[in-house]
Amino acid sequence: MTPLDFVVSLALISVAAGVLGSLVGLGGGVVIVPVLTIFYGVNIRLAIGASIVSVIATSSGAAAAYVRERMTNLRAGMFLEVATTTGAVSGAYLATLLPERFLFAFFGVVLAYSSVITYRKRHEDHLLTVSHDRIANYFNLHGSYYDEAEGREITYKVAGTKLGLVLMYIAGLVSALLGIGSGALKVPAMDSAMHLPMKVSTATSNFMIGVTAAASAGVYFIRGQIDPIIAAPVAAGVLLGATFGARVLGRITSRSIRLLFVGVLVVISLEMLQKGLLP
Amino acid sequence: MTPSASQVPDPARGATPQGDLQVSGRHRNLSPAEIAAMEEKIRKIEFAISLVLRVGVILSVSVIAIGLGVMFYHHGDYTSITGHASYKTLTSRSTPFPHTLGQLRTSLAHGDGRGIVVLGVFLLILTPILRVAVGVVSFLYEKDVPMALVTLFVLVVLIGSFFLAGV
Repeated sequence: MTPLDFVVSLALISVAAGVLGSLVGLGGGVVIVPVLTIFYGVNIRLAIGASIVSVIATSSGAAAAYVRERMTNLRAGMFLEVATTTGAVSGAYLATLLPERFLFAFFGVVLAYSSVITYRKRHEDHLLTVSHDRIANYFNLHGSYYDEAEGREITYKVAGTKLGLVLMYIAGLVSALLGIGSGALKVPAMDSAMHLPMKVSTATSNFMIGVTAAASAGVYFIRGQIDPIIAAPVAAGVLLGATFGARVLGRITSRSIRLLFVGVLVVISLEMLQKGLLP
Repeated sequence: MTPSASQVPDPARGATPQGDLQVSGRHRNLSPAEIAAMEEKIRKIEFAISLVLRVGVILSVSVIAIGLGVMFYHHGDYTSITGHASYKTLTSRSTPFPHTLGQLRTSLAHGDGRGIVVLGVFLLILTPILRVAVGVVSFLYEKDVPMALVTLFVLVVLIGSFFLAGV
């Protein structure tokens, strides 16, 4: 395979990764990392560097549209970034201390569990009309959005901010330590713990993952993990795919998004368990 | 409190102490005029943030595309569909490519395509950081001090992460 074939084929795969990533609020690393390591035989460290680039591309590409359409909860996203960025920075320096195999196995189990939880409550959003969460009230993290699939404005209240912050910190850690799975933790944190509607959760996760990834991108860059010939087609393809995916989300029902998310979550948890348990 | 079908601010909803309009830290009722003004400001912030993201995305993808073009122009053997040149020489761990700002500068000075791609990727990485900076300014403009401080903290951590990494 010549460099041109590589760039073109990887760009096409990245378009698909961008569509999927923008819909479920993950960075597309789920697709990019295994494709690069298994199909192209690229070193895992370079694949993770490419995954970070794909996360930032998905986030910026999709968020531009989601923010304009008021699908993103800007305030909640920006507030929770406090925890994700702190987690990402501390994770970058814990990487050498914690055994990677244990982390993969541990988070594999965590994500498998959260996919079961999400599947069980797949039928509806559990929205609150009143919130007694003092942090959420003080910063006014509540919001509303226009749901195209249901054809009405949906108003919701945010609760469980403390648990949300803890989960977001862990999501930041995971992003820096493993390079994948940060969105996979962010979406359940908002959907299940904080009672945001599913679509708002994926759109807000999309908005946040770029900042989380940017906080560890410097480290990946210095370590020489961002190879331009891999990053270029990934960035271009993912941006295109994410821009398209962001146009579609509004019209899809929350239930479909939740089922799609569960499917992706199962794949990620299997990937992680395989890295953690198999020799 | 049922969600209204219209996108027009509903006075009944806005009259609750913490209505869904983004008014932070102020626990008092707002007049419809104030709510409208607040909504207007939020729209402006959303527009500013989405503009920053779009400009960053378009700029970085253009630079990356130019870099790829320059690389393929300089290496004719890369562009064949079948041939001896293998991508593996470019994606192995030992492949040299710029990964410090100094190397990036040298590479750009030589007009190296891969340096230009790295510059594009750098612009892509800077986009979310710039978005946070715009957030700080926007919340100050909205006179929302708690959210401005929160966003400022995120910005400091982000910039700090680059210094800690030694970029």
